[in-house]
Amino acid sequence: MRDIFIWLNDQILRMQWLSDLVTLFVRNGFGLDPASQIGGSVHFFIYDVIKIFILLCVLIFSISYVQSYFPPERTRRILGQRQGLGAVSLAALLGTITPFCSCSSIPLFIGFTSAGLPLAVTFSFLISSPLVDLASVILLASIFNWSIALVYVLIGLVLAILGGALIGYLKLESQVETFVYQSPVRDHDNGSSLSRRERIAFAAAQVVDIVSRVWVYILIGVGIGAAIHNWVPEAFITALLGQDKWWSVLLATLAGIPMYADIFGTLPIAEALVQKDVGLGTALTFMMAVTALSVPSLIMLKRIVKLPLLLIFVGIVTVGIILIGYIFNATAHLFV
Amino acid sequence: MIIKILGSGCKKCLALAENAETALQMAKRDAQIEKVTDFVAIAGYGVMSTPGLVIDEKVVSSGRVLSTAEIETLLNSL
Repeated sequence: MRDIFIWLNDQILRMQWLSDLVTLFVRNGFGLDPASQIGGSVHFFIYDVIKIFILLCVLIFSISYVQSYFPPERTRRILGQRQGLGAVSLAALLGTITPFCSCSSIPLFIGFTSAGLPLAVTFSFLISSPLVDLASVILLASIFNWSIALVYVLIGLVLAILGGALIGYLKLESQVETFVYQSPVRDHDNGSSLSRRERIAFAAAQVVDIVSRVWVYILIGVGIGAAIHNWVPEAFITALLGQDKWWSVLLATLAGIPMYADIFGTLPIAEALVQKDVGLGTALTFMMAVTALSVPSLIMLKRIVKLPLLLIFVGIVTVGIILIGYIFNATAHLFV
Repeated sequence: MIIKILGSGCKKCLALAENAETALQMAKRDAQIEKVTDFVAIAGYGVMSTPGLVIDEKVVSSGRVLSTAEIETLLNSL
């Protein structure tokens, strides 16, 4: 039974067959030795790009199908019925099945706030939405393993819940621009009346839309990953981000925050870093910093919240991510 | 009649704008199609997921690309 699971995991999730196929192709098609520097980076690039695109299409399709049952109006109603920590936790959970990029979560933030949801709930959602989604869990499991994937989700959710709760506790309602509260609340819900065919069409449209939006980031991410994998000397990377360097997590966070990419583009970079003996916590910190905070999303957020709240939000998320990095580095031996 | 397409310029918004244009021709209606890309303006319509379709300042759909036939039905029911 265990053997069957491992085989399925290797072939379907990690796509061992694809790696073997690409090895053959690199050797016979390009005439390169896959173990050489050039051959190795070509293999990394082709294999990762194909793997991520296959997983991405399958995952976005399935998640969008589920998502079609949870249009924002319904999510808002579900959240509005609950209070306290329950609502905050639920917001973090619902954040995992909603949009893949922080830019699409801002209209949701406005819609939730104008309907009277507390800041704790909206910020929990705002943190969890770009940070954790179901697709990233499967991708993490594919690239690393299942325990790392599950732990990533758990700490992502905990960060969202604690961050949201803390912002709620600080009573910062006056720090949200007034027009947000005055935005109209529409409760038009076309999610419950969709037929199966309409849901499939919606999911297919989501795949096209998201893939057309993120493919550049994936190519860049895999390109950087391939470069790190075969061209950047390991000594250089470990000197900067090595496990024995106390500043590695800080550096990974500061480098990651301004960057804008989604989780699919950052995974191959994290993968290459870990293979170069960078601590798992450092690599995950980098991923979280890139996805949770970015200059474009902060510029958008600045238009709906005032500067103090923006800084508190950035501060809480940054400190949270750094803590997670150190905790993960200290306990990584449990998961690998 | 003024038709507004709410959305930040994604593929789906373009598809919706095209469908709206075709639907207008089929229904033999004349209207001005405007694109609203600013997310604050979009939120001003109470729309949380794009693309959204607004006919004469009334939101008729959000979060989905309506087919030409669906828009035509909407236009004819006005």
